[in-house]
Amino acid sequence: MVMTAPISTDSVRARLATVHDPEIPTVSIVDLGLVHDIRVDDRRIAVELLPTFVACPALELIRSDATEALGGFGRPVDVSFTFAVPWTTERLTDAGRAGLRKAGIAPPAEPSAVRCPFCDSASVAMDSAFGPALCRSLFYCRGCRQPFEAFKPI
Amino acid sequence: MNDFVAAPQAIAMDFEGAGDGRERGLALLLLSMADDEFVIGFSDSEWTGIGPILEEDVAISSLAQDELGHAQALYTLLANVVDDGRDADAWAYDRPPEGYIHARLLDHPRGDWAATIVRRYLYDTADSARLEALVDSSHRPLAELVAKIRREERYHLMHVQTWIERLADAGGESRHRLLAALGSMGPDAGTVLAPLAGEAALVRHGIVTEPFAAMEARWRDGVGATFRRLGLPELPPTASADRTRTDHSDAFRALHAEFTIVRRSEVGATW
Repeated sequence: MVMTAPISTDSVRARLATVHDPEIPTVSIVDLGLVHDIRVDDRRIAVELLPTFVACPALELIRSDATEALGGFGRPVDVSFTFAVPWTTERLTDAGRAGLRKAGIAPPAEPSAVRCPFCDSASVAMDSAFGPALCRSLFYCRGCRQPFEAFKPI
Repeated sequence: MNDFVAAPQAIAMDFEGAGDGRERGLALLLLSMADDEFVIGFSDSEWTGIGPILEEDVAISSLAQDELGHAQALYTLLANVVDDGRDADAWAYDRPPEGYIHARLLDHPRGDWAATIVRRYLYDTADSARLEALVDSSHRPLAELVAKIRREERYHLMHVQTWIERLADAGGESRHRLLAALGSMGPDAGTVLAPLAGEAALVRHGIVTEPFAAMEARWRDGVGATFRRLGLPELPPTASADRTRTDHSDAFRALHAEFTIVRRSEVGATW
């Protein structure tokens, strides 16, 4: 009889931490707060993720990257998306917020509290609530005179 | 079944598989909402690349993309209820024009920028009243999706509210075009919240937590206050209470020909 080695949810989470947002390579899907649920049984590994925005076009890519990352466990993997709880920006971890700044994106905050990800100046202005991706707004920094993107608070 | 006599033949047949009055009412609600979001989303996406200024081009494209995502999620919920083998894409693309049940307001063509803003303002504010009545829906998957959608719609409302104020306060040609758009679309604005054929079952089963008439009254109060502040004429009552979601316009038939062209050109095409 073949015994299946136990797989802990922590080891699954650790593997998921190697999957990054396809547009923001400095932030993992764990730090982005996308992981809602991990269930492991003898037959499969089931992961439920939360979409940041309903229409996010990166979802299918994230799903296939996550499925591939969990392939090494040698058990069928089922990655799905759920709206069981709404993803909100409070789900971002501190590492996730630091990762956003590293990518030149200000972490989510009310517009008056946004700081420039490049020079940390608070002297910034929102150009438009809508940016190049559904999850981001456009700002301008008067300190270093750079335009930058800020993650939308949601 | 009597609840659904007002639904066109094609729709009534679509729901043969959807069990009792509760499920048929739910299916009709989901289809009407999904079609609303799909039609306004696709229609507004026609501004991509030709928006009045770059920031607005990006903004309207984002709004359109959000709506298409909401439509996809709603068609998926519908597919789970009707459960006849059709997926979200099949619901979105494989019906004849007369099978769509979006509100008559969205049958109006894209028009000029003022018309697009007026259509979106009237739709977004009405949709917001509808979503409020679904926050505590007894159909859990719908309540969960609505919680998510409302967080995104907050941005839509802020944006379109700003535009209505800009067009109204600017005077001159801006205000003239705004008034013209309100004149042509105002009488159809109430169609978004016109009672659905399955309303009795929806209310009885707690799928909506108030009748459509209550949603409409709340929506008219809100819009009325904004219009008075901006010196705009009061929104007229719905022109015709019949066939508020059927008998579509030539403008919609042209849009339908456009959004189904890939699907019709190659059956089963995927991205």
